[in-house]
Amino acid sequence: MRKIGVFVCWCGSNIAATVDVKQVVEEAKKMPGVAYAADYQYMCSEIGQNMMKEVIDKHNLDRVVVAACSPRMHENTFRRAAEEAGINPYLVEIANIREQCSWVHKDKEAGTEKAIALTRAAVAKVTLNSELVPGEIDVVKKALIIGGGIAGIQSALDIADAGYKVDIVEKTPSIGGKMAQLDKTFPTLDCSACILTPKMVDAAKHPNITLHTYSEVEKISGYVGNFNVQIKKKARYVDMDKCTGCRICTEKCPSKKAKSEFEEGLKNRGAVYIPFAQAVPNVPVIDTDECIKLKTGKCGLCEKLCPSNAIKFDDKDEIITEEYGAIVVASGYDIIDLNKFGEYQYDHPDVITSLEFERITNAAGPTNGKFLRPSDGEKPKKVVFIQCVGSRDKTERGKSYCSKICCMYTAKHSMLIKEKYPDIEAYVFYIDVRTPGKNFDEFQRRAVEKYGVQYIKGMVGKIFPEGKKLMVHGVDTMSGETLVIDADMVVLAAATKAKSDAIDLKRKLNISTDINNFFTEAHPKLRPVETASAGIYLAGACQGPKDIPETVAQSSAAAAKVIGLLNKSKLVNNPCVSAVDESLCSGCLACTEMCPYDAISYKNIEIDDHGKKIKKVVADVNEALCHGCGGCTVTCRPGAIDLKGFTNKQILAEVDAICH
Amino acid sequence: MSLDTNTNVVNKNEEFKPLIVAFCCNWCSYAGADLAGTSRLKYPANIKIIRVPCSCRVNINFVLRAFQNGADGVVIAGCHPGDCHYSTGNYHTRRRFSLITNLTEYIGVEKERFKVDWISAAEGNKFATVMNDILEDVYKLGPNKKLRDARWKI
Ligand code: SF4
Ligand code: SF4
Repeated sequence: MRKIGVFVCWCGSNIAATVDVKQVVEEAKKMPGVAYAADYQYMCSEIGQNMMKEVIDKHNLDRVVVAACSPRMHENTFRRAAEEAGINPYLVEIANIREQCSWVHKDKEAGTEKAIALTRAAVAKVTLNSELVPGEIDVVKKALIIGGGIAGIQSALDIADAGYKVDIVEKTPSIGGKMAQLDKTFPTLDCSACILTPKMVDAAKHPNITLHTYSEVEKISGYVGNFNVQIKKKARYVDMDKCTGCRICTEKCPSKKAKSEFEEGLKNRGAVYIPFAQAVPNVPVIDTDECIKLKTGKCGLCEKLCPSNAIKFDDKDEIITEEYGAIVVASGYDIIDLNKFGEYQYDHPDVITSLEFERITNAAGPTNGKFLRPSDGEKPKKVVFIQCVGSRDKTERGKSYCSKICCMYTAKHSMLIKEKYPDIEAYVFYIDVRTPGKNFDEFQRRAVEKYGVQYIKGMVGKIFPEGKKLMVHGVDTMSGETLVIDADMVVLAAATKAKSDAIDLKRKLNISTDINNFFTEAHPKLRPVETASAGIYLAGACQGPKDIPETVAQSSAAAAKVIGLLNKSKLVNNPCVSAVDESLCSGCLACTEMCPYDAISYKNIEIDDHGKKIKKVVADVNEALCHGCGGCTVTCRPGAIDLKGFTNKQILAEVDAICH
Repeated sequence: MSLDTNTNVVNKNEEFKPLIVAFCCNWCSYAGADLAGTSRLKYPANIKIIRVPCSCRVNINFVLRAFQNGADGVVIAGCHPGDCHYSTGNYHTRRRFSLITNLTEYIGVEKERFKVDWISAAEGNKFATVMNDILEDVYKLGPNKKLRDARWKI
């Protein structure tokens, strides 16, 4: 006979107010196998846990049921306490009588009855639990960073400085991300490139960091400590070892029709190009869609001119396979498609996005830093900024969340204009001004108080182009007046959104995203940089809108988690894995087809059949790969495979107990 | 609750206290039930949850056993397709759904007594709604007599 101890928690009044805990204890005492039952105010407190340990010892208990809050909350707490009292931690079960009972049922009688049923189910299950011992797995001492923006760079540098190898996989030809495109950064007005470029160089030069630019993560398998990743290195058509970065090819390339991605389409680039002056690595790529030689076989000028013979037209995409212990996702963000906002006339050349603005004010940008209208190159006299374009917008075309950074960069943009050209009038239409960062409010007020930027609380209804002007029709909700401003340029603070390929990446990584396709952290408050998948961490705006300081902070936090993980010599794995009963297994291998982790293979065994030796094929589970979903158990027709911790018998016992 | 809006079954069955067994996957639906709890959303106490790692862990046997033991309704709840913590587990659940429905109907249990639904960890509200909905269906049908009476009496 089992000697089960049942501990019913009050959770203060959280449980005790709507569940008669005394009655639960009395009923528990009658359940088969229960040798001891008691209630306590706070089981999870140190006193509660100590009491549990003492009772286990005194009454020689061999199994424990705690009727308390969700196992997702304190299962580990109670397992640890039981272990300290000498019981295998997997001989503990939780009956969730708080989240599933006291908090959702007002009627005390019904709640108590249900609490008893849930406790009965836990007792029934624990009776059948067996001791489980987690296996140990090795950790590959190397991290993968997906995304080479400031988030990825910061994480990589921190991990590399701690002495571990790091690979950065970046889709575009250079690291640097969106931050590299910015002109100045708020609230200090540091030059973005000046603070970012040294970090990019550090990352490239660091002996522990390997950059895979113009590369994509193709496939990921494995598990924490042992991820197996295929990386596609796209053909660059330029030999990275031979190229000296002299740029003769990029200057002489006759194809100049492609829009520069880095310049937000405000400038053209060649078919062979380096995305921007400080690009890392400083090696061009050839755009297959634009290159005359690759399309028609003619041209090949760059190949002829290259002094170091670095151009190789026969280059091919290459897939490399690497092993990693941990992964940081730092894939960044996009901005929304403004073509759905017809009223703002984004198709007009003088209506630009904030990122385009960054390029126009940048000294290295398409206008060499002169603030000029894209349509005719003239200096504008009136500029209107519109905030929350698509942010805090619950309609189909917009995003219901606040994009967080636009209030600040709009203040920055208006200030940058007024600084250089005090005679330009700057207007900002806003819904609310939100500036809750360090020194942020002071910064925004400076735009108003020192530079005289006119802030108008209200939205713009429509913009009508009239001759060279853009007539901005809006409302000042403070005075109730309708306004018409004859602007020369309009800057739209477009909402940020998750990267368009976030869903694709989520599937590869097996992590989750929220309704806006931003990656979801394991816990919004307490585990903000981890995902629900062990060994995969998040950094930067791929998790939600973030400014640079927040991104850097989260990136370092993710790095700290990775360092903590890589520091371990062994990891223990989940012992709730499946196991094959070889005497029942028919060798059909249907389970191998079902398993999402390829955790099941087969082996040949020899069995003794009435003195005759016969060979037989049976399924074979790799415990390190098995995640414990239990799908194989249902697929198996003879019922030969079962999931430890959630066995068929255990679950059936729960069903019986609940339907008692 | 508006259980008797278009039927009087509830009133006729004053004594009828349905029992619903809900198999919830640990990562989404069980967490959704937790969220319903932390958000203090009320739903009837007739719903009793059994935690499974993934909705694909639920064997047809478990469902049949619940009906056999007198459950009036059974729900399997998992993560939304595409969001499975085990990447594809719930696709298998979805595939098994029609099989289980056919089987329960074949043995004389109305198909409305069995449901598969997707409830994410963020959908405390949906958890309560799904549970209320099946309960409402079960109230309309009355007690699951067929299999209950078929139990072997000793
Ligand atoms: S499905 Fe069952 S019988 Fe078939 S190989 Fe797998 S464990 Fe063996
Ligand atoms: S429990 Fe899931 S992960 Fe483990 S072997 Fe079975 S199907 Fe694969």
